Amino acid sequence: MKNYLPLAIVLVLATAYGLWWKRGEGAIRSNKAIPGHRLSEQVLGEALGSRATMVQFSSAFCAPCRATHALLSQMVETIPDVKHIHIDAESHLELVRQLDIRSTPTTIFINKDGIEVGRAAGTPKREQVLKALEAIH
Amino acid sequence: MSEILNKPEVAKIYIDARGPRFAASITTLVLAIALVTQSAWVLALQGLVFLIGAVRGPQFTPYGLIFKSLIKPRLKKEAPTEDVRPPKFAQAVGFLFALVGLIGAIAGSSAVFTVAVGLALAAAFLNAAFNFCLGCEMYLLGLRFATK
Repeated sequence: MKNYLPLAIVLVLATAYGLWWKRGEGAIRSNKAIPGHRLSEQVLGEALGSRATMVQFSSAFCAPCRATHALLSQMVETIPDVKHIHIDAESHLELVRQLDIRSTPTTIFINKDGIEVGRAAGTPKREQVLKALEAIH
Repeated sequence: MSEILNKPEVAKIYIDARGPRFAASITTLVLAIALVTQSAWVLALQGLVFLIGAVRGPQFTPYGLIFKSLIKPRLKKEAPTEDVRPPKFAQAVGFLFALVGLIGAIAGSSAVFTVAVGLALAAAFLNAAFNFCLGCEMYLLGLRFATK
């Protein structure tokens, strides 16, 4: 006896979820910052950018992480006051918890004082990154 | 390229990234059939595919072999490659779902069967349609939880 109802339910719910997820992928959100939290040179192991820094959290096997790394590291080559710092999520779990990072790649956009102004889960688009960086003073 | 992305202790095997996505569409079809017909045999076959994919790698499953011989030659020459481990992990997760579904079928619980197959189908469909990688999304959360 054929039952199409479970299939219909799965496809409808999965499609809705997929569309929602696709829209948010790579988008830079500014409502996830932890109040009062600052990322310092000590914590990151490197000096911050003079205007802004993109702190990318990656994990060992993560194809989107490679793409994000390639994009961001290439972009900062032409923007001297912005730095790209790459962090291994697995060996920085405490920081991952403090920042409530749920997946990789997640890139935290911080200003010169280490305060988060936005973050992107997934691979952001070049235009989105440029727009977010332009807004950081 | 950063050391984070290339941990040296594991011998790295890279596969054509389009292969697992093709396999996910076949998997979606097979699981949809299993769900509609409530067939434990169809699920068992898919479970076997998952097992091969988890143990040997997705490139060695029937779907992977079909991709290599029939689909790949018709695609663009430059293939985006990816580390084989996340797709392997995804196959392992699929195998677990299939196993639970089969246990449900054997125990006579169509509810367990339906839920397990439904979830596996959702994951395969999301991968095929949106290139969504459930393992990727869950990996870090799992790590955070496991090392509390």
